[in-house]
Amino acid sequence: MSMMQTPPTSTLQRNLPVLVGAGITVLAGLIDWRLGALLAVWLLAWGANVLLSRQAAPQVRFIVPVLFGVTLLVLWQMAVRLYGINQVILPAPTDIWAALISSTPILWADFVQTVVKGALSGYVIGAALAIGTAIAVDRSSFLQRGLLPVGNFIAALPIVGTAPILVMWFGFGWQSKAAVVVIMVFFPMLVNTVAGLKATDAMQRDLMHTYAASYWQSLIKLRLPAALPFIFNGLKVCTTLALIGAIVAEFFGSPIVGMGFRIKTSFGRLELDMVWASIAVAAIAGSGFYGLVALTERQLTFWHPSQRK
Amino acid sequence: MRNILPILTIVAAILGIWLAAVAPMNFRLALDAATRAGEDVMPATPDEQGETGLVRLMLDNPSVLPAAYNFERPRLPQPQWVLVEIYENTVGLARRCEWQGWSDENDNWTGLSDGCLRVVAHNRSLLFHAWQTMAPTLLGFAIGTGLGILLAVGIVHNRAMDLGVMPWAIASQTIPILAIAPMVIVVLNAVGVQGLLPKSLISSYLSFFPVVVGMVKGLRSPGAMDLDLMRTYSASNSQIFWKLRLPASLPYLFASLKVGIAAALVGTIVAELPTGARFGLGARLLTGSYYGQTVQIWAALLMAAVCAAVLVWIITAVEKRLLTKMGLAR
Repeated sequence: MSMMQTPPTSTLQRNLPVLVGAGITVLAGLIDWRLGALLAVWLLAWGANVLLSRQAAPQVRFIVPVLFGVTLLVLWQMAVRLYGINQVILPAPTDIWAALISSTPILWADFVQTVVKGALSGYVIGAALAIGTAIAVDRSSFLQRGLLPVGNFIAALPIVGTAPILVMWFGFGWQSKAAVVVIMVFFPMLVNTVAGLKATDAMQRDLMHTYAASYWQSLIKLRLPAALPFIFNGLKVCTTLALIGAIVAEFFGSPIVGMGFRIKTSFGRLELDMVWASIAVAAIAGSGFYGLVALTERQLTFWHPSQRK
Repeated sequence: MRNILPILTIVAAILGIWLAAVAPMNFRLALDAATRAGEDVMPATPDEQGETGLVRLMLDNPSVLPAAYNFERPRLPQPQWVLVEIYENTVGLARRCEWQGWSDENDNWTGLSDGCLRVVAHNRSLLFHAWQTMAPTLLGFAIGTGLGILLAVGIVHNRAMDLGVMPWAIASQTIPILAIAPMVIVVLNAVGVQGLLPKSLISSYLSFFPVVVGMVKGLRSPGAMDLDLMRTYSASNSQIFWKLRLPASLPYLFASLKVGIAAALVGTIVAELPTGARFGLGARLLTGSYYGQTVQIWAALLMAAVCAAVLVWIITAVEKRLLTKMGLAR
């Protein structure tokens, strides 16, 4: 923070946190050497991070979070090994990695079933429906004033609870998962698109008017592009919703493949490393999905202030 | 309240679509029942019925339509049935026991006898299940919000935390953590953590990150001018925090709180789902889906919607009062 001034301090004062930390570590080490070791690793890594973050180099923005993440993983591994924590409660990161490597084909099939068939198809259908609906009600401010509050309200509801009903309607296949995703995605997208279509100001609309642009021309050339930041905001929020919907819906019934199914059954068999491997895949899929949408956004809305460098 | 008419129109349209969908959704079930009862239906055998399109079937057998609307265990119930189910499982329970003559004991402020009040708190009552879900939600929300604000303060004041933690806080929002909520519950139960706490942990996790992200944004919202002014007053860092940053962050905080409490409620409900929880709205959803009781599922869903609306409404009310008092209301 450049805003904050550092008042002049003595050497002792500046090093006080380090001394206190070292003291606590030694004390903890005397009581329980394992705890001391964990604290020592944490303090070393954190100290390195503090020192690094005082540097002005641009790489710091990348190194510090990576170091922080690696520290957490190391601490996790150490804690599990040192305290001999049971596999059934918490497997070590290396065990999860081993499961990830040894059962890649299974996890890949799960990924295809849940993410590609269930989440992605539902996401595309839901988003398309919502954008279509938003454009359809675009000319009627009466309908918009009704849809916005109702849509906002429904978007805050636990829609994922409709999963048992939809599984009952559409069967155990991926179609029911896609249906859950469609409903979950629809309302946030609708609200964002309707708000986005209102985002042009009077000057810009007047300009289109002086060009004698028709309704559709001004919609396609001015208002839809102007709505893109809002639409992408909704699309980004919905990536996570889509994955959650697809996985949770599988808890209510699925064929013998899919990430929700895998998590549920592996857990029943107490194969926690497999559960965590599935979770890792879900996390990677979630971040990747989000990253993909964010990347598309950067390509399409390069003109928007938030995307400028 | 100029929006009231449009809102009512939209709600009416949704209810209309719902009502219209009841017949097609239940038609095959009703037709099947009619065939077995020996009634005269158009394609006479179930096999032929299976091959015929739904519209054709409905046009050929208009006499089955009323049966489709009033089907006993429908795929889609009529909307008013859901309201009746909710009434039956809340007020109705107490009323019925009143008629059964349990009410000779002393009356209290509700006008119900103690015995009947016990019925309301019984596990058939939807109010009981709603409370079983609300309590962990509120506890978890309090924990998550508190920790979130603390982390946000740390992030704003410490560059190492900002660089190290913030990217992970944002990235963790893209992870479908909700999907593993049930497992977390079971593991915690195995370790010996029981009662409210496991469910609240899920809801606190879900309300944690919206609060962190919103609060960091809010604490950083004062511009260079405001900060310069504070410096000309020679304010200390803690004074800047209490008198400038914290008040300026409140609008952001409330926006995050609304997202957070909705997420917390969803978290609790999902956490109740496949763990065989016996109480709570999630448990009602699950038993409803096991026994094909669609009306029960819809009633639990509607109750969850009411809970979410009440929680968000409370936060909005607090926000309005507080911000008006501070002169921040827009």
